[in-house]
Amino acid sequence: MTDVFSTNATPAPDPGPNPGPGAGLPLPEPEAASRSLGQLAWLRFRRNKAAMFGCATLILVALFSFLGPHLVSHSYDGVYRSYVETPPSIHPRPDEDTLRAAANTLAVRGRVTLESFEVEDGRFTAVLISPQAMDPRVARVFDRSDVFKEAQVQAHEDEGRRLVLTGGVTQETFLMGTDSNGRDLMSRIMLGGQISLAVGLLASLVSLVVGVLYGAVSGYMGGRIDNVMMRLVEILYSLPFVFLVVVLVVFFGRSFILIFLAIGAIEWLDMARIVRGQTLALKRREFVGAAEALGLTDWQIIRRHIIPNVIGPVIVFVTLVVPKVILLESFLSFLGLGVQAPLTSWGALISDGAANMRSAPWLLIWPSLFFVVTLFALNFIGDGLRDAFDPKDR
Amino acid sequence: MTGFRRGGLRAALILGALMAGASPALAEAVLHRGNPGEPNSLDPAQISINVESFILKDLLEGLTTFNAAGEAIPGAAESWEISEDGTVYTFKLREAGKWSNGDPVTAEDFVYSLRRVQDPAVASKYANILHPIRNAKAVNAGEMKPEELGVRAVDDRTLEIVLERPTPYFLELLTHSTGLPVHRGNIEKDGAEWNRPGKLVTNGPFMLEAHIPNDSLTAAKNPHYWDAEAVKLDKVVFYPVEDQAAAVRRFEAGELDMIYNFSASDLERLRAAHGDRIRATPALNTEYYVFDNRAEPFSDARVRRALSMAIDRDFLAQEIFLGASLPTYALSPPMAGYTPAQADFAALSQFDREDQAVELMKEAGYGSGAKPLDITIRYNTNPNHERVATAIADMWKTVFGFNVTMSNQDVTSHYAYLQEGGAFQVARAGWVADYGDPENFLTLNITGNPGFNYGKYSNPDYDALIAASYDETDHEKRFQILHDAEAILMKDQPIAPLLHKAELWGLSARVKGFEDNVNNEHPSRFMSVE
Amino acid sequence: MLTFVLRRLGSAIPTLFIIVTLSFFLMRLAPGGPFNLERPLPPQIMENLNRTYGFDQPMWRQYLIYMGNVVQGDLGPSYIYRDRSVANLLGEGLGYSIKLGGLALLVALVGGVLAGLLAALRQNRPLDFLIMSGATAGVTIPNFVIGPVLVLIFSITLSWTRAGGWGTGSFRDLVLPVIALALPQLAVFARLTRGAMIEAMSADHIRTARAYGLPARSVVGTHAMRGAMLPIVSYLAPCAAGLLTGSAVVETIFAIPGVGRYFVHGALARDYTVVMGTVVLVAVFVIVFNLIVDVIYGLLDPRVRHD
Repeated sequence: MTDVFSTNATPAPDPGPNPGPGAGLPLPEPEAASRSLGQLAWLRFRRNKAAMFGCATLILVALFSFLGPHLVSHSYDGVYRSYVETPPSIHPRPDEDTLRAAANTLAVRGRVTLESFEVEDGRFTAVLISPQAMDPRVARVFDRSDVFKEAQVQAHEDEGRRLVLTGGVTQETFLMGTDSNGRDLMSRIMLGGQISLAVGLLASLVSLVVGVLYGAVSGYMGGRIDNVMMRLVEILYSLPFVFLVVVLVVFFGRSFILIFLAIGAIEWLDMARIVRGQTLALKRREFVGAAEALGLTDWQIIRRHIIPNVIGPVIVFVTLVVPKVILLESFLSFLGLGVQAPLTSWGALISDGAANMRSAPWLLIWPSLFFVVTLFALNFIGDGLRDAFDPKDR
Repeated sequence: MTGFRRGGLRAALILGALMAGASPALAEAVLHRGNPGEPNSLDPAQISINVESFILKDLLEGLTTFNAAGEAIPGAAESWEISEDGTVYTFKLREAGKWSNGDPVTAEDFVYSLRRVQDPAVASKYANILHPIRNAKAVNAGEMKPEELGVRAVDDRTLEIVLERPTPYFLELLTHSTGLPVHRGNIEKDGAEWNRPGKLVTNGPFMLEAHIPNDSLTAAKNPHYWDAEAVKLDKVVFYPVEDQAAAVRRFEAGELDMIYNFSASDLERLRAAHGDRIRATPALNTEYYVFDNRAEPFSDARVRRALSMAIDRDFLAQEIFLGASLPTYALSPPMAGYTPAQADFAALSQFDREDQAVELMKEAGYGSGAKPLDITIRYNTNPNHERVATAIADMWKTVFGFNVTMSNQDVTSHYAYLQEGGAFQVARAGWVADYGDPENFLTLNITGNPGFNYGKYSNPDYDALIAASYDETDHEKRFQILHDAEAILMKDQPIAPLLHKAELWGLSARVKGFEDNVNNEHPSRFMSVE
Repeated sequence: MLTFVLRRLGSAIPTLFIIVTLSFFLMRLAPGGPFNLERPLPPQIMENLNRTYGFDQPMWRQYLIYMGNVVQGDLGPSYIYRDRSVANLLGEGLGYSIKLGGLALLVALVGGVLAGLLAALRQNRPLDFLIMSGATAGVTIPNFVIGPVLVLIFSITLSWTRAGGWGTGSFRDLVLPVIALALPQLAVFARLTRGAMIEAMSADHIRTARAYGLPARSVVGTHAMRGAMLPIVSYLAPCAAGLLTGSAVVETIFAIPGVGRYFVHGALARDYTVVMGTVVLVAVFVIVFNLIVDVIYGLLDPRVRHD
């Protein structure tokens, strides 16, 4: 078998397919060569329909998350007390029956009885009765709710025991429903998207860079250095994560950067092991030997020959790290690190939704949908990048 | 031998499971009881929560015990006398009282058990519940020998307990798990493994048959129990299910006959399917917010009152907890003979409360037109606590225009911070009664209560009344004193009481003999299955 | 090879020592202790507890005492489960976790590699898209969602399987937790296999072998697979260590009496010794599996030498 390998192995001038400038071999015009390689990859990427579709989807999700909040009327932390756990609907709420129920609840809270209630053209007329004379300020009970406004006492009859109120009706549309505090789910998904996209992409990038470099160096250097570096991975892997996070919070307080630190501290470990495994095999290949013979330094070889050739499994693995990181963030919030209520993230929304999946399924379905769609998009992009940069396919 | 026993046990379990599915007439009567957590211990000196005492009170029987309605009834003792000055309790043990190995239950057993709880080397977390016994505190501190504890076996069947001073609620205290007896020979013979299946000797209606931590604990009927004839169940299997939703699913799949403490969001759906088999019972607990009384602006009672008044507790109870909690304006929940003293604003409508709150806040110099306030609510991570904090933050924002933020931490960090006296503004706390007496709630806020008076409230009048209540032997007068004390507390509002959480139980159609009660005591002894 | 294995096992001892030491002090830096309960304990009782468990000693002495015990194989008592020692708790739970995790690992590995192979051989055809969509969903949808949904369908609606608890450990009892545990890992293996296979098949020597007219199956089976195995083998170590030491989420959802819960619950309750037990457990698994993987590297690809 080794024969096949040795006779057919790619010879030395295998170009480093790094997208960045100066990534090629020391050819006469390295700048030009690498740019054209980048352009080549970009061309191939653009031809990949699935990848382009993934890009478009990701951009849409990002637009939804970052621009959306400016376009909707509900804020992510606005509490609509009359709309606790309202199912999604494209019609404005509430309808007349719901309004009547709301008026009844308000009457009970104001310690009076609702005799009759009608809605016409966005105006309501309510008749309240009570065994004792009523305080006309009861109108403000109606005002304070989210559904009635400008309530006015029209008539004060029967020595104040009968009161006729009129006023406007405010209707709200919650396309994705509201949560168990009466907050608009869509606005919260937008906000959660900002945080989860940022955390997911940045933290994965951190783990990618650290993991790939660490793994490549460890595998390439081998021997004692490899041994020490891999033992360090084992040590970090074994440390009690909950305590690590709790201690981080105690010493540094809450901060957004800490999330990356905490996630970064563990997520690169698997990546490093995988890259090291690939590197161990790669460094015995002839083209590495040839590069050594050409007098390239270790660092140059790692950068130009090792890293480009591990890109396949790395990209596959990074698409797995992103969802892990996004969900891990919600666990960090649980420990008091990361985003604090009323801020939220997709991970937090999904775990909240999972807890209420039977009484309010939309709380799980909507955030999960955005999450899954985003991850699909990232996978398509990842596969496209892998194909575009595959050194063997050129 | 062990191999045989284990094999036989497994065969019995499989057989039981098969028969339970096949024909109820042939089957053993087995109750599958969901329990919301794995007991931390099966030693009565070491347990701390009801999840554990449900099991231990089925296995062990104290001097007094509970009936299905949660009332204290004679247990291992058939009768007792209290001396006129209220300091000497003389218990007469049952002649038929036996341990599961056939030994008689003697007064000496109780002497041993009560001394053991106070032994500093045993380090019982709840030893202080029985500190009213003479010398108990000193024994627990290692200043006196366990033999000096005020507990004595007059003869085999007569136990005398002498108290430091009259303690009108002492019989209530004895129903706590620290009052359960253990078998001396069992502990001395089996050492650290004394309370494992096959070793633990019990005197209650059931004995420990099998225990797989985090999976199940099987208690079989104790044939030596004095009232064994009346025990209808052959077995009770406790399933520790921490995840509330998981417990509900197992209940709906028919695996559990009883579930306890599920999420309020499941209440409506379960009620629709199971009707009155789903129970919500008021219970002895209080959920409250503490204000840091040490610093501005919360050192001002007007600010505290205003903030408390602006909380719409009906909204919390109805919308957040869907009726599974009751709004409260007092610290102590109502209990037999005691009517809590509510805050004066309890009688107002929420609407008036808010108007007055704004006025009061203005008087104190804060709110619209005056200084704005930034308030941070601290709570331990939990979806329910977060929902309450979110709602209250919104109320304070709406009523006063304050900027309210929230800050959560894991439960240990949260309480460690408060107990070590860390500065805060508003913090969430809760209390579940150890025993059914208002004293248990009202001592939380006395000056210098170590650890628990998080807000460092201090009012000499209040302290004096609580102190006076200990010297009053007349039940009604004592409750009146406590009521007056609570009135002071509610006027000052160092804490804002919010809710009494209802205990939620779900029962399958097979379960009989379950009665709702405020003490939340549900001994399997009185239950049966069809 | 033997000297390599022995040397690695030798280096495990200082690694474990560092892990235990770092963890010990890391845990003590966190606020609160095992007796900081929602209900604060009176000082007297706190003192008794601290004395019983040696918390009244200076930190360095506590560390020396603990290390002394660990060297003798004693992991100490649990501070929360007062009747039990750490060895006792982990010993009882580990069997359940290993059985469940082992089944999940088997399902994930076999299922994932097969699915990945199929997808790679049908690259960019409908079957490929189907499998990869399934894999993406598998990695994306968290098991705290999959678990309850499975129970709702198969236990409550259809009454085919057990909703929770170990039961007798039969297929009916374990099928759902195994699926919930295996699914994300299965998806990872499928994606890694597909990616690696496609890469390996496009490699020159495979093309050459095909061009020489070697039958497709033999090309896939012997040549391509060997190269493709590397990333899968690399991922095997952390995956196996993770699955076999239990999952807090799956064990909680399905009420499985394994050790996974102690990682999170132990830490939240500051049950230091129990958490240290889990740390040592994970460390041993990780060290052993990394060693196994390094040995497999050498077997798969003779060019990988351990020098």
